[in-house]
Amino acid sequence: MKFGIVTFPGSNCDYDTMRAVVDVLGEEGVYLWHKDRDLQGADVVVLPGGFSYGDYLRPGAIARFSPIMTEVVAHARRGAPVVCICNGFQIACEAGLLPGALLRNQTLQFVSAPVTMRVENTSTMFTSAYEPGQRITMPVAHGDGRYTADRNTLDALEGEGRVVLRYADDTGEATSTANPNGAERNIAGIVNEHGNVFGMMPHPERAMDELIGSRDGIGIFQSLLMAVPA
Amino acid sequence: MTPYRVSIHITPRRGILDPQGKAVESALHSLGFPGVSSVRVGRHIVVDTEAESEDAAVASVTAMCERLLANPVIEDYEIESASSA
Repeated sequence: MKFGIVTFPGSNCDYDTMRAVVDVLGEEGVYLWHKDRDLQGADVVVLPGGFSYGDYLRPGAIARFSPIMTEVVAHARRGAPVVCICNGFQIACEAGLLPGALLRNQTLQFVSAPVTMRVENTSTMFTSAYEPGQRITMPVAHGDGRYTADRNTLDALEGEGRVVLRYADDTGEATSTANPNGAERNIAGIVNEHGNVFGMMPHPERAMDELIGSRDGIGIFQSLLMAVPA
Repeated sequence: MTPYRVSIHITPRRGILDPQGKAVESALHSLGFPGVSSVRVGRHIVVDTEAESEDAAVASVTAMCERLLANPVIEDYEIESASSA
Protein backbone atom coordinates (compact mmCIF):
# COMPACT_ATOMS: atom_id res chain seq x y z
CA MET A 1 0.00 0.00 0.00
CA LYS A 2 1.21 3.49 -0.82
CA PHE A 3 1.06 6.21 1.81
CA GLY A 4 1.33 9.83 0.67
CA ILE A 5 2.72 11.99 3.47
CA VAL A 6 2.15 15.72 3.02
CA THR A 7 4.95 18.09 3.95
CA PHE A 8 3.89 21.65 4.69
CA PRO A 9 6.40 24.32 5.68
CA GLY A 10 6.66 23.63 9.41
CA SER A 11 5.61 19.97 9.36
CA ASN A 12 7.84 18.02 11.72
CA CYS A 13 6.31 14.54 11.94
CA ASP A 14 6.49 13.73 8.24
CA TYR A 15 9.79 11.89 8.69
CA ASP A 16 8.49 9.90 11.68
CA THR A 17 5.44 8.92 9.65
CA MET A 18 7.62 7.82 6.74
CA ARG A 19 9.70 5.73 9.10
CA ALA A 20 6.56 4.15 10.57
CA VAL A 21 5.20 3.30 7.14
CA VAL A 22 8.39 2.11 5.47
CA ASP A 23 10.64 0.75 8.25
CA VAL A 24 8.02 -0.65 10.62
CA LEU A 25 5.23 -1.70 8.26
CA GLY A 26 7.32 -2.39 5.15
CA GLU A 27 4.90 -0.42 2.98
CA GLU A 28 5.55 2.22 0.36
CA GLY A 29 5.69 5.91 1.28
CA VAL A 30 6.07 9.10 -0.69
CA TYR A 31 6.42 12.69 0.49
CA LEU A 32 3.92 15.08 -1.07
CA TRP A 33 5.12 18.69 -1.14
CA HIS A 34 2.44 21.19 -0.20
CA LYS A 35 2.84 23.06 -3.50
CA ASP A 36 2.30 19.92 -5.57
CA ARG A 37 -1.04 19.09 -7.14
CA ASP A 38 -0.46 15.36 -7.49
CA LEU A 39 -0.97 12.64 -4.87
CA GLN A 40 1.36 10.35 -6.86
CA GLY A 41 -1.03 7.46 -6.68
CA ALA A 42 -1.17 7.31 -2.89
CA ASP A 43 -3.85 5.00 -1.49
CA VAL A 44 -3.78 6.71 1.91
CA VAL A 45 -2.97 10.37 2.53
CA VAL A 46 -1.45 11.40 5.86
CA LEU A 47 -1.55 14.98 7.10
CA PRO A 48 1.23 14.81 9.68
CA GLY A 49 1.93 16.74 12.85
CA GLY A 50 3.94 19.91 13.13
CA PHE A 51 3.43 23.64 13.04
CA SER A 52 2.45 24.34 9.46
CA TYR A 53 2.93 28.00 8.59
CA GLY A 54 4.07 28.60 12.16
CA ASP A 55 0.49 28.17 13.41
CA TYR A 56 -0.01 31.77 12.24
CA LEU A 57 -3.57 33.08 12.60
CA ARG A 58 -4.85 29.68 13.86
CA PRO A 59 -3.24 26.23 13.62
CA GLY A 60 -4.03 24.84 10.18
CA ALA A 61 -5.78 28.00 8.95
CA ILE A 62 -3.27 28.77 6.22
CA ALA A 63 -2.15 25.22 5.38
CA ARG A 64 -5.67 24.35 4.31
CA PHE A 65 -5.22 26.63 1.28
CA SER A 66 -2.05 24.88 0.10
CA PRO A 67 -2.34 23.59 -3.49
CA ILE A 68 -2.02 19.96 -2.36
CA MET A 69 -5.12 20.36 -0.16
CA THR A 70 -7.37 20.60 -3.23
CA GLU A 71 -6.20 17.11 -4.14
CA VAL A 72 -6.48 15.85 -0.56
CA VAL A 73 -10.07 17.08 -0.35
CA ALA A 74 -10.86 15.40 -3.70
CA HIS A 75 -9.25 12.17 -2.41
CA ALA A 76 -11.45 12.37 0.69
CA ARG A 77 -14.58 13.08 -1.38
CA ARG A 78 -13.87 9.89 -3.35
CA GLY A 79 -14.10 7.99 -0.05
CA ALA A 80 -10.39 7.26 0.11
CA PRO A 81 -8.66 7.30 3.51
CA VAL A 82 -7.05 10.37 5.03
CA VAL A 83 -5.26 10.17 8.38
CA CYS A 84 -4.93 13.54 10.11
CA ILE A 85 -2.56 13.58 13.06
CA CYS A 86 -2.17 16.49 15.49
CA ASN A 87 -1.54 19.53 13.25
CA GLY A 88 -3.07 17.40 10.49
CA PHE A 89 -6.26 17.15 12.59
CA GLN A 90 -6.25 20.93 12.98
CA ILE A 91 -5.80 21.38 9.23
CA ALA A 92 -8.62 18.92 8.47
CA CYS A 93 -11.00 20.81 10.77
CA GLU A 94 -10.07 24.12 9.16
CA ALA A 95 -10.58 22.56 5.71
CA GLY A 96 -14.02 21.28 6.67
CA LEU A 97 -12.99 17.63 6.23
CA LEU A 98 -13.87 17.07 9.89
CA PRO A 99 -16.36 18.95 12.08
CA GLY A 100 -15.40 21.14 15.03
CA ALA A 101 -12.16 22.86 15.91
CA LEU A 102 -9.10 22.49 18.14
CA LEU A 103 -8.58 25.25 20.66
CA ARG A 104 -5.75 26.26 22.96
CA ASN A 105 -5.27 23.69 25.73
CA GLN A 106 -7.33 24.52 28.78
CA THR A 107 -4.17 24.82 30.92
CA LEU A 108 -2.65 27.19 28.32
CA GLN A 109 0.41 24.94 28.42
CA PHE A 110 1.99 22.87 25.70
CA VAL A 111 1.59 19.23 26.70
CA SER A 112 4.21 16.66 25.73
CA ALA A 113 3.46 13.37 27.49
CA PRO A 114 2.17 9.87 26.94
CA VAL A 115 -1.62 9.69 27.21
CA THR A 116 -3.98 6.76 27.58
CA MET A 117 -7.03 6.43 25.38
CA ARG A 118 -9.96 4.06 25.16
CA VAL A 119 -10.86 2.73 21.72
CA GLU A 120 -14.55 3.54 21.39
CA ASN A 121 -15.26 2.16 17.93
CA THR A 122 -13.37 -0.68 16.27
CA SER A 123 -15.53 -0.82 13.15
CA THR A 124 -13.67 2.01 11.42
CA MET A 125 -10.96 1.43 8.83
CA PHE A 126 -8.50 3.06 11.24
CA THR A 127 -9.21 1.05 14.40
CA SER A 128 -10.29 -2.45 13.41
CA ALA A 129 -6.99 -3.91 14.65
CA TYR A 130 -7.88 -2.95 18.25
CA GLU A 131 -10.25 -4.61 20.70
CA PRO A 132 -13.42 -2.73 21.71
CA GLY A 133 -12.67 -0.70 24.83
CA GLN A 134 -8.95 -1.41 24.53
CA ARG A 135 -6.72 1.05 26.33
CA ILE A 136 -3.84 2.32 24.25
CA THR A 137 -1.01 4.72 25.02
CA MET A 138 0.61 7.20 22.66
CA PRO A 139 2.38 10.53 23.08
CA VAL A 140 0.69 13.87 22.66
CA ALA A 141 2.68 17.00 21.85
CA HIS A 142 0.47 20.01 21.30
CA GLY A 143 -0.58 23.40 22.56
CA ASP A 144 -3.91 23.49 20.74
CA GLY A 145 -5.64 20.15 21.19
CA ARG A 146 -8.87 20.99 22.98
CA TYR A 147 -11.47 19.52 20.67
CA THR A 148 -14.67 21.50 20.57
CA ALA A 149 -17.86 21.59 18.53
CA ASP A 150 -21.41 22.72 19.16
CA ARG A 151 -23.63 20.46 21.20
CA ASN A 152 -25.58 19.13 18.19
CA THR A 153 -22.36 18.15 16.45
CA LEU A 154 -21.01 16.48 19.59
CA ASP A 155 -24.27 14.56 20.05
CA ALA A 156 -24.22 13.49 16.40
CA LEU A 157 -20.60 12.32 16.70
CA GLU A 158 -21.48 10.30 19.79
CA GLY A 159 -24.70 8.89 18.33
CA GLU A 160 -23.06 7.78 15.10
CA GLY A 161 -20.06 6.13 16.75
CA ARG A 162 -17.75 8.75 15.30
CA VAL A 163 -15.94 9.43 18.56
CA VAL A 164 -13.31 6.80 17.90
CA LEU A 165 -10.76 7.53 20.63
CA ARG A 166 -11.37 9.05 24.05
CA TYR A 167 -8.84 10.07 26.71
CA ALA A 168 -9.25 7.71 29.66
CA ASP A 169 -7.38 6.65 32.76
CA ASP A 170 -5.79 3.23 33.29
CA THR A 171 -9.11 1.75 34.34
CA GLY A 172 -10.81 3.04 31.20
CA GLU A 173 -12.72 5.89 32.85
CA ALA A 174 -12.88 9.09 30.81
CA THR A 175 -11.95 11.36 33.72
CA SER A 176 -10.96 15.00 33.59
CA THR A 177 -7.50 14.18 34.93
CA ALA A 178 -6.99 11.79 31.99
CA ASN A 179 -7.84 14.61 29.60
CA PRO A 180 -4.61 16.39 28.63
CA ASN A 181 -6.15 19.46 27.00
CA GLY A 182 -9.71 19.94 28.20
CA ALA A 183 -11.26 18.42 25.06
CA GLU A 184 -15.06 18.23 25.07
CA ARG A 185 -16.18 14.81 26.31
CA ASN A 186 -12.52 13.68 26.41
CA ILE A 187 -12.50 13.39 22.62
CA ALA A 188 -9.09 12.38 21.25
CA GLY A 189 -10.07 11.18 17.77
CA ILE A 190 -13.05 11.32 15.41
CA VAL A 191 -14.03 10.23 11.91
CA ASN A 192 -16.09 12.09 9.32
CA GLU A 193 -19.60 10.94 8.46
CA HIS A 194 -18.40 8.60 5.70
CA GLY A 195 -15.78 7.10 7.98
CA ASN A 196 -12.83 7.70 5.65
CA VAL A 197 -11.27 10.79 7.24
CA PHE A 198 -9.79 10.27 10.68
CA GLY A 199 -8.39 12.97 12.95
CA MET A 200 -6.55 12.42 16.22
CA MET A 201 -4.38 14.58 18.45
CA PRO A 202 -2.02 11.84 19.80
CA HIS A 203 0.81 10.55 17.63
CA PRO A 204 0.56 6.92 16.47
CA GLU A 205 3.71 7.36 14.35
CA ARG A 206 5.65 8.02 17.56
CA ALA A 207 4.31 4.84 19.17
CA MET A 208 5.73 2.21 16.84
CA ASP A 209 8.44 0.67 19.02
CA GLU A 210 8.72 -0.52 22.65
CA LEU A 211 12.14 1.10 22.71
CA ILE A 212 10.50 4.51 22.91
CA GLY A 213 7.66 3.51 25.19
CA SER A 214 4.80 2.13 23.14
CA ARG A 215 3.91 0.30 19.98
CA ASP A 216 0.18 0.94 20.32
CA GLY A 217 0.26 3.20 17.27
CA ILE A 218 0.88 0.29 14.91
CA GLY A 219 -2.79 -0.69 15.14
CA ILE A 220 -3.88 2.44 13.28
CA PHE A 221 -1.71 1.52 10.29
CA GLN A 222 -2.50 -2.22 10.48
CA SER A 223 -6.20 -1.42 10.41
CA LEU A 224 -5.67 0.50 7.18
CA LEU A 225 -3.71 -2.37 5.66
CA MET A 226 -6.65 -4.67 6.36
CA ALA A 227 -9.26 -2.20 5.11
CA VAL A 228 -7.79 -0.83 1.91
CA PRO A 229 -7.22 -2.97 -1.17
CA ALA A 230 -3.55 -2.43 -1.99
CA MET B 1 -10.35 52.72 -6.46
CA THR B 2 -9.83 54.26 -3.05
CA PRO B 3 -7.60 52.93 -0.30
CA TYR B 4 -9.45 51.92 2.88
CA ARG B 5 -8.26 50.82 6.29
CA VAL B 6 -10.54 48.25 7.91
CA SER B 7 -10.29 47.04 11.51
CA ILE B 8 -11.51 43.61 12.51
CA HIS B 9 -12.08 42.39 16.08
CA ILE B 10 -12.09 38.63 16.49
CA THR B 11 -13.15 37.12 19.83
CA PRO B 12 -13.86 33.60 21.07
CA ARG B 13 -17.53 32.81 20.66
CA ARG B 14 -19.73 33.16 23.70
CA GLY B 15 -20.11 29.83 25.42
CA ILE B 16 -16.65 28.67 24.36
CA LEU B 17 -14.23 28.40 27.24
CA ASP B 18 -11.55 31.07 26.88
CA PRO B 19 -8.77 30.10 29.32
CA GLN B 20 -6.66 33.12 28.34
CA GLY B 21 -9.55 35.44 29.19
CA LYS B 22 -10.08 33.59 32.49
CA ALA B 23 -6.39 33.91 33.40
CA VAL B 24 -6.41 37.64 32.63
CA GLU B 25 -9.63 38.09 34.57
CA SER B 26 -8.17 36.51 37.71
CA ALA B 27 -4.97 38.53 37.29
CA LEU B 28 -7.04 41.72 37.16
CA HIS B 29 -8.89 40.66 40.31
CA SER B 30 -5.59 40.15 42.15
CA LEU B 31 -4.40 43.56 40.94
CA GLY B 32 -7.36 45.16 42.69
CA PHE B 33 -10.00 45.44 39.98
CA PRO B 34 -12.81 43.49 41.66
CA GLY B 35 -15.43 44.96 39.35
CA VAL B 36 -14.18 42.96 36.37
CA SER B 37 -16.84 40.36 35.56
CA SER B 38 -15.55 38.96 32.27
CA VAL B 39 -12.51 39.14 30.01
CA ARG B 40 -12.21 37.60 26.58
CA VAL B 41 -8.92 37.66 24.70
CA GLY B 42 -9.13 37.86 20.94
CA ARG B 43 -7.28 39.25 17.98
CA HIS B 44 -7.24 42.58 16.20
CA ILE B 45 -6.48 42.63 12.48
CA VAL B 46 -6.01 45.75 10.37
CA VAL B 47 -6.39 45.38 6.62
CA ASP B 48 -5.46 48.04 4.10
CA THR B 49 -7.32 47.44 0.87
CA GLU B 50 -8.45 49.26 -2.24
CA ALA B 51 -12.13 49.29 -3.07
CA GLU B 52 -14.73 51.19 -5.07
CA SER B 53 -16.52 52.39 -1.95
CA GLU B 54 -16.59 51.96 1.82
CA ASP B 55 -19.42 49.43 1.46
CA ALA B 56 -17.39 47.47 -1.05
CA ALA B 57 -14.39 47.51 1.30
CA VAL B 58 -16.51 46.18 4.15
CA ALA B 59 -18.08 43.53 1.91
CA SER B 60 -14.65 42.40 0.79
CA VAL B 61 -13.32 42.19 4.35
CA THR B 62 -16.44 40.30 5.41
CA ALA B 63 -15.63 37.70 2.76
CA MET B 64 -12.04 37.55 4.08
CA CYS B 65 -13.36 36.91 7.58
CA GLU B 66 -15.67 34.15 6.40
CA ARG B 67 -12.97 32.39 4.39
CA LEU B 68 -9.82 32.85 6.44
CA LEU B 69 -9.56 35.50 9.13
CA ALA B 70 -12.11 34.02 11.55
CA ASN B 71 -13.24 30.47 12.17
CA PRO B 72 -17.03 30.63 12.57
CA VAL B 73 -17.01 27.41 14.62
CA ILE B 74 -15.15 29.08 17.48
CA GLU B 75 -14.93 32.80 16.81
CA ASP B 76 -17.10 35.88 16.29
CA TYR B 77 -15.86 38.81 14.32
CA GLU B 78 -16.82 42.43 14.17
CA ILE B 79 -15.73 44.85 11.48
CA GLU B 80 -15.16 48.06 13.33
CA SER B 81 -14.31 50.69 10.82
CA ALA B 82 -13.53 51.42 7.24
CA SER B 83 -11.82 54.72 6.70
CA SER B 84 -9.79 56.10 3.88
CA ALA B 85 -6.27 54.99 4.69
